[in-house]
Amino acid sequence: MKNLSLRKTDPPPAGKGKAAQRSIFQKLAAVPHAFWTVLFIAAPMLFVLYFAFTDTEGNFSFSNITDLGQYTNVFILSIAFALIATAVCLIIGYPLAYFMSRQSPKAQKILMVLIMLPMWCNLLIRTYALMALLDNGGLLNSLLGKLGLEPLPIVGSYFGVILGMVYDFLPYMVLPIFTAMTKLDYRYIEASHDLGCNAFQTMTKVVMPLTLSGVVSGVTMVFVPSISTFYISQKLGAGKIDLVGDTIERLFQNVSTYNVGAAMSLVMMILILISLTIMNKFSDEEGGMVP
Amino acid sequence: MNKRFASLLLALLLLALPVLGLVSCDDGVGDTVTLYVYNWGEYMSDGSEGTLDVNEMFEEWYYETYGVRVKVNYSTYSSNESMYAKLSSGSVHYDVVVPSDYMIERMIAEDMLAELNYENMPHIGNIHPDFFGPDAIYDYYDPDNKYAVPYMYGMIGIIYNTTMVEADDPSLGSWQLMWDERHTGNILQFNNSRDAFGTAQYFLGLDVNSSDEAEWRKALEKLKEQKHVLQGYVMDEIFNKMENGSAAIAAYYAGDFLAMYENNEDLEFFYPAEGTNLYVDAMCIPKTSRNKEIAEAYIDFMLTEAPAVANAEYTYYASPNTVVRENEEYIEYMNSIKEGGYELMYNTDTVWTSSYKNLGGEQLIMFNELWEELKSDIQVGLPIYIICAVILVILIGGGTFLGVRKKIRDRY
Amino acid sequence: MKFLSKCYIGLIFFLLYIPIVVLIVFSFNESGSLAEFSGFSFMWYEELFHDEEAFSALRNSLVLAVSSAAIATVLGTFGALGLHRMKRRYIKQPIMTLTNIPMMNPDIVTGVSMMLLFVAVATFLDTRDLFGFGTLLIAHVTFNLPYVILSVMPRFQQLDKSLSEAAQDLGCTPSKAFFKVELPEIIPGIVSGLMMSFTLSLDDFVISHFVSSPNFQTLPLYVYNQTAHNVKFSMYALSALIVAVILVILLVVNFAGSAADRKSRKGGRS
Repeated sequence: MKNLSLRKTDPPPAGKGKAAQRSIFQKLAAVPHAFWTVLFIAAPMLFVLYFAFTDTEGNFSFSNITDLGQYTNVFILSIAFALIATAVCLIIGYPLAYFMSRQSPKAQKILMVLIMLPMWCNLLIRTYALMALLDNGGLLNSLLGKLGLEPLPIVGSYFGVILGMVYDFLPYMVLPIFTAMTKLDYRYIEASHDLGCNAFQTMTKVVMPLTLSGVVSGVTMVFVPSISTFYISQKLGAGKIDLVGDTIERLFQNVSTYNVGAAMSLVMMILILISLTIMNKFSDEEGGMVP
Repeated sequence: MNKRFASLLLALLLLALPVLGLVSCDDGVGDTVTLYVYNWGEYMSDGSEGTLDVNEMFEEWYYETYGVRVKVNYSTYSSNESMYAKLSSGSVHYDVVVPSDYMIERMIAEDMLAELNYENMPHIGNIHPDFFGPDAIYDYYDPDNKYAVPYMYGMIGIIYNTTMVEADDPSLGSWQLMWDERHTGNILQFNNSRDAFGTAQYFLGLDVNSSDEAEWRKALEKLKEQKHVLQGYVMDEIFNKMENGSAAIAAYYAGDFLAMYENNEDLEFFYPAEGTNLYVDAMCIPKTSRNKEIAEAYIDFMLTEAPAVANAEYTYYASPNTVVRENEEYIEYMNSIKEGGYELMYNTDTVWTSSYKNLGGEQLIMFNELWEELKSDIQVGLPIYIICAVILVILIGGGTFLGVRKKIRDRY
Repeated sequence: MKFLSKCYIGLIFFLLYIPIVVLIVFSFNESGSLAEFSGFSFMWYEELFHDEEAFSALRNSLVLAVSSAAIATVLGTFGALGLHRMKRRYIKQPIMTLTNIPMMNPDIVTGVSMMLLFVAVATFLDTRDLFGFGTLLIAHVTFNLPYVILSVMPRFQQLDKSLSEAAQDLGCTPSKAFFKVELPEIIPGIVSGLMMSFTLSLDDFVISHFVSSPNFQTLPLYVYNQTAHNVKFSMYALSALIVAVILVILLVVNFAGSAADRKSRKGGRS
């Protein structure tokens, strides 16, 4: 109350005057959160940095980074698999999301539940189910055998691992695109038809640019877990195809290789950061195109 | 979501918190002592499918004898290396662990194991004199018998599926089968460094405990050469894969073959003629144990007849315990699984064997590096490069196209 | 075209669901084989219900999910409040960036970084009891925080400042004004943050894998251990039950109140 008169005369000052009215409680509300982030997010990252640049005795060294040389192929393969899996997810997922958004509202709701169910279902279970189905002695190959066909050796092959990624992460691609599609105003499409666009032109000139933000978040949500997975490659690669995730997991099973493991995590983090920045640039460029 | 419903939900969840907290605390109530046992997977009778639950038996027996409630916290690992890593990471403590010979040697050398007090183990005499005592042959890992009580032993051999490998296959009987190109994609190798290198070393006639790096390199080259015929490197996943015919050939521990045979009678087994590995797994108490006496009582309890027989029948591994080896019912049981099953497990004399010894510090580092080299030996392949190049070109092309188009539009 | 698009949707969903459906169907298989269906039986379910390990894992998972979601929600809500009020960008911006790190990072990096921290603390304190419920709780709260902030922050931004000022003019103390006027407005954001934290925590495997100890096993860790060994067929029963529970929850949530794109922010975990 005491400030009432003051406020009437002065224009409300943006900074200090207002803050003075806040109780101590509100001022300090972010303190525990800030402490938490520093302690449990910043500090662990510093530990990764520390381990990446020290040897087992704790002396500063670059040897962990140079030791990563022997994992060049592992890195290339991981990036390649993640790229391919993301591309396949996009090729399959984009039309799927588009067709889904063209269904009746009730069907859309059911399809939504159906696409979310695998997402909420634990990844380990789905991966294991897929492996059990595709294994040489699994249902698929025993059916093929009964039909007198050659068995397909999927488990333990590159194809198997990529298939596992696509299967596991496809919903992450479909859902954001689908959300973007449902937000898309149908009148734009009608307008483009009226203005003489054919179906293909409508697709490339109207629908695609307007759903690009969905594509960008879908791509991120498939690419990041694909490049860092270890369970999928363990099960569908049968322990033979080691990706970055597998290697990090193995290196952290042994105290003496923590340092190399930390260096590897650091490199992967930087790789992902770079790709995310590039991705975001994509969506920014497209952002202001259509009002 | 309307607000009232939302706040109700919030209140409910917050209420649930203390309730769940209470539930979760109940194992800390009273004077119950928890005994942490860390063992190989599938390595102790656990009460599944009508077997005895030996841990529960121990808990009951201990309560009846000493009036103290003990809860056995039983967890499992799939290789010596992962057990060692967990134990040495300093993040956990265990009261009983069951490492293999070479790992026991290493843990003794690194002062990780506690000396046992045999006064707390009245049944130690049940162990066969070949495995424990002054005349023992198979106590090379702990010659003074200070740290370890043998639990099971066995040999490594090759399991194969008779429907997929012809009976007259020339490679049968030899490690050559594991390298046979005709079975490409159907062979499983160990996913633990020591045993995987062991297969190559026995095949090549090398010393598994060699101190010569060049010899290890030879084994590495052999393993790299094998990689393209393999389906994968696995540990206990092998059970399912061999039982359902997902793989045709695998090197594994003899006892586990009987377990698989029980579920799939098409499987067969042999000890390779070039020689193979004999291992002893023994119960030890880490220095960090907090309940050493209870741990000793636990180890002793596993030496008594009922649990010892139950464990031997559960694992099918060979037991160094005389009350098991001479138990008629047990012999009959082993033979009922497969004709000659008992013989298969206990005839350690028919094939030349050696055992793994601990490798010294520097050698161990070299050995780990070789294993990393094997695991990271991956061929990317031209098709993968081409596909990636295409994707990248489309990405970059698309990006520049969009950028250029935007710039052109911005001009207007 | 309409027909073709329906076919396409059907085909993709069919492929997406075969493994899960096969798993569910074969959880009723007498022989426990995944290649041949030999007879209908509930025996794997019976075995599952006698599996103490699975039950304690489930209980642990629930305890962990509820407590970590509650802590993260409280911490995150006050954090969002404080950050929203904060005027100094040079403090606010770094905190926001830090908060978002676990969301951007792959789980495995978050996991190993936390593990390194805990190992260092354990070595420093010379203790072997550090890993377990405590470390899991800290890790789960940490990866839940950004999601709570993400769902609460926009609510603060939408708040009409004049409401709080009016309340204060009418005699409320600033705290009272917060609890009486502002809190009810942001409750939906808090609830969605809480629910999301709960599900994320329940679902997490990778981070838990690095910071757990064998004496506190969660359900995903239990599943992992199962699939690394000789798989008991009761695992299929467990998986089938999990799928069924999630389906029911999804149907209830989706057809009772729409929370549709909640998970879309989640990002691919594990």
